[in-house]
Amino acid sequence: MKKDLYNFAIRMGDTSWILSHRLCELCSFGPFLEEDLAMTNVGLDHIGQAEEWLNYACELSDEDVDADFLAYRRKEKEYRNVQLVEYPNDDFAYVITRQFYLDVYNYLLYTKLTQSKDATFAAIAQKSLKEVKYHLRHSSNWMVRLGDGTEESHERVQNAVDDLWFYTGDLFVMPESEQNLAKEGIIPNLADLEADWEKMVLEVFEKAGINKPSYEVLASGSFDGQHTEYLGFMLCEMQYLPNKYQDAKW
Amino acid sequence: MKETRIWEILAEIPDPEIPVLTILDLGIVRKVAFEGEAPIITITPTYSGCPAMQRFESDIKEAMTKNGYEGTEVPMVYDPAWTTDWITEEGRRKLKEYGIAPPEESSADKKALFYEDDIVNVTCPRCNSKNTKLESQFGSTACKALYKCNDCLEPFEYFKCL
Repeated sequence: MKKDLYNFAIRMGDTSWILSHRLCELCSFGPFLEEDLAMTNVGLDHIGQAEEWLNYACELSDEDVDADFLAYRRKEKEYRNVQLVEYPNDDFAYVITRQFYLDVYNYLLYTKLTQSKDATFAAIAQKSLKEVKYHLRHSSNWMVRLGDGTEESHERVQNAVDDLWFYTGDLFVMPESEQNLAKEGIIPNLADLEADWEKMVLEVFEKAGINKPSYEVLASGSFDGQHTEYLGFMLCEMQYLPNKYQDAKW
Repeated sequence: MKETRIWEILAEIPDPEIPVLTILDLGIVRKVAFEGEAPIITITPTYSGCPAMQRFESDIKEAMTKNGYEGTEVPMVYDPAWTTDWITEEGRRKLKEYGIAPPEESSADKKALFYEDDIVNVTCPRCNSKNTKLESQFGSTACKALYKCNDCLEPFEYFKCL
């Protein structure tokens, strides 16, 4: 059971951690000042959430590790973040759509996790949910603004919606370890979240005039350490300094 | 009560980012206790990633050492989660005087989708007009948003409701 808790804490922590890195790549590169502030502020919340989950993972671990070690020193296959957050900041429409898909997921998941039988899971969820709601209000509003904006903004956000849809299947896959936790009432059944997720996403699509992608979701496997090609490049950059100067301190 | 003295010391510690507020005005100190002679001061984070949290911890320890207390511990709890409802009346008054509009409503039951649907009319801290406009949902720190007053035309910061 301890190992199952550890796996899930790592999954949540890594998802926030990898996304925070993507968002912080936009620092001083945002499309305009207000969005630069927004992306880095959302990124900061995700760094905080990642720290909470990874600190708890350290408590659950049999090895003597700290959160910095987990964040910076693992190999690619040891990361358990969902694949969606690895997608690069190709275009602002992709940045917003990636955020929106995950915000809806986090909103639903954290809402359920506040009832977790594990007191630390529930406490982290209670804290994170407030922040996630604020993020979701921001990203859902942008989905409408882009979808219902100009011809070009509509086309670009529709492309993002279609391309990133592929990675959303990965959000709802439950490996054995998570099935064990669901049986104990520690996490919700992720497969059950999928219908709620789609309903909420489609509500926004409708308001935004965005079409639901016509193909099935495909990508999965992040629970097993399978990642997109993008993660390796990101880790190279992210881990460069901690690997070169192993005792570096701020 | 020896805890009373600790609360007095804490009342003197400013927030590192909004120095007009003390950490007690902000409502982040959840509990004061002792283990032997060592003070145990439990705090809760405002935002998960708030960079001020480490400063809070070191500032509290420093203030305790200065006042002759040794072995101070500053554990962090997440439950119950901090809310802007815990900012004291005194804290809200100081924020407004400083030019930051205090949170207008209770944090309960905020909608998750489409922030424009439930935006409140934030009061301008300079001219008290309610005719104000959200400029940016995010601001210079995790806890603030940017507004503009349509009457006195001054931009100002709003302490977000959480």
